[in-house]
Amino acid sequence: MLTKRVIPCLDVKDGRVVKGVNFVGLRDAGDPIELARAYDEQRADEVIFLDITATSDDRATTVELASHASAELHLPYCVGGGFRSVADIRRMIAAGADKVSVNSAAVANPDLISQAARAFGTQAILVAIDAKAVPGNPNKWEVYVAGGRKNTGIDAVEWAREAARRGAGEILLTSMDRDGSRDGFDCHLTRSVARAVDIPVIASGGVGRLEHFAEGIIDGEADAVLAASVFHFGELTVRQVKESMRAAGIPVRL
Amino acid sequence: MIVVVDYHKGNLLSVERGLRGAGAEVVVSDDPALVRAADAVVLPGVGAFADAAASLEELGLGAAATDAVAAGAPFLGICLGMHLMFEGGTEHAPEAGPLPAGLGLVSGVVGLMPRTDEAGAAYKIPHVGWNSVEWDEADPLFDGLESGEYFYFTHSFAAPESIATIGRTTHSVTFPSAVRVPGHPVWGVQFHPEKSSDAGARLLANFVTVVRAAAGRRGAAATMAEDTVLPKE
Repeated sequence: MLTKRVIPCLDVKDGRVVKGVNFVGLRDAGDPIELARAYDEQRADEVIFLDITATSDDRATTVELASHASAELHLPYCVGGGFRSVADIRRMIAAGADKVSVNSAAVANPDLISQAARAFGTQAILVAIDAKAVPGNPNKWEVYVAGGRKNTGIDAVEWAREAARRGAGEILLTSMDRDGSRDGFDCHLTRSVARAVDIPVIASGGVGRLEHFAEGIIDGEADAVLAASVFHFGELTVRQVKESMRAAGIPVRL
Repeated sequence: MIVVVDYHKGNLLSVERGLRGAGAEVVVSDDPALVRAADAVVLPGVGAFADAAASLEELGLGAAATDAVAAGAPFLGICLGMHLMFEGGTEHAPEAGPLPAGLGLVSGVVGLMPRTDEAGAAYKIPHVGWNSVEWDEADPLFDGLESGEYFYFTHSFAAPESIATIGRTTHSVTFPSAVRVPGHPVWGVQFHPEKSSDAGARLLANFVTVVRAAAGRRGAAATMAEDTVLPKE
């Protein structure tokens, strides 16, 4: 039986791991490769390196990181942030990344998803969606881009559907309302997206306690759960998280 | 020397490094002559069946790989590389005309996985993540591993049942996740051993052990052949 995945997310800036609270107030949490290797030992199912400052000028550092990771890690990893074109994606995949995640660029140019899926296979293309609730409407979320700074007004569930139709292999769904809050995943948002698409959905944003992970799977109907700070600062280990998920009846690899 | 076949469709670093980590001498190459002369051939998995099959054909690598297999070289197909061992595949196949052809080492056609099981329950495709592989009979590839071990999968297409099936996995349907051409050191796995942590490393090491033993035997046989004075026709 396919197990539910636990994915530590490593926000990377200048080759170091950082994690923002609501996308501001960055704290340094270590070397990305060292951290990823520790997560492999804790039975993490994959890791995501999110290049949070990625602009065209500092892609080289991240490409180097991807190449280093492919030599050092024996688990799948995804690199996200700053991709503008198929050529950018090709460079990262050639360096060894198993998957890339695209966000703002895919919103600006949805055809990027189709082109990238054709070139590298759907399994290599994650579409990351940063979604925020629309005040007064409990069933509507809008897509934010540019690191969560700009509201596009696009309906998040509709956008997930289109991304899947265009060949996205997975949706990485972050609740902007919950990110950094430690209140748990936005299970209503996650479930709405998970039911709208027939590709896997990774829930992200808001984990603070052990039981939040199982909630994301059971209430949110996610296929994978992602967290950063709780892992980086050693509050929880991946193994602890998986044991609690198993206790809740969720199939995991331990 | 293990040759990892480079058919120009993507990154082969992880496979190369995984095999090297298992103690093998490895070269990544798109040279059919090198593939033909290899001690063992690894066909990795990147892209879609139709594109990969076309590249293999164009570069002369498909024929080189089957020649190496015919000469007794161990073979390991990974993910799409396993799919390419079959007769054909429907992934990205043109709407008209014959199906893109694989190497034909195993009979049957690779097809899209269903999105529902027999009871009508929905499943997410691609099948992404860690799933268990079950086997009934011991095989050198599974040495030191137990049936039910988890490996990392990422695919939407799956191989058909055949006499070559040695391991199975379930996601919407039960499909062959490991195959072996009966009686030959020719394997294919649907999962990615190079991405499957310790269990994957063990499987690659098992393959390398088979390669070493086969290379030793073939080396000895070649020496004997040179020493034997054959009568002229």
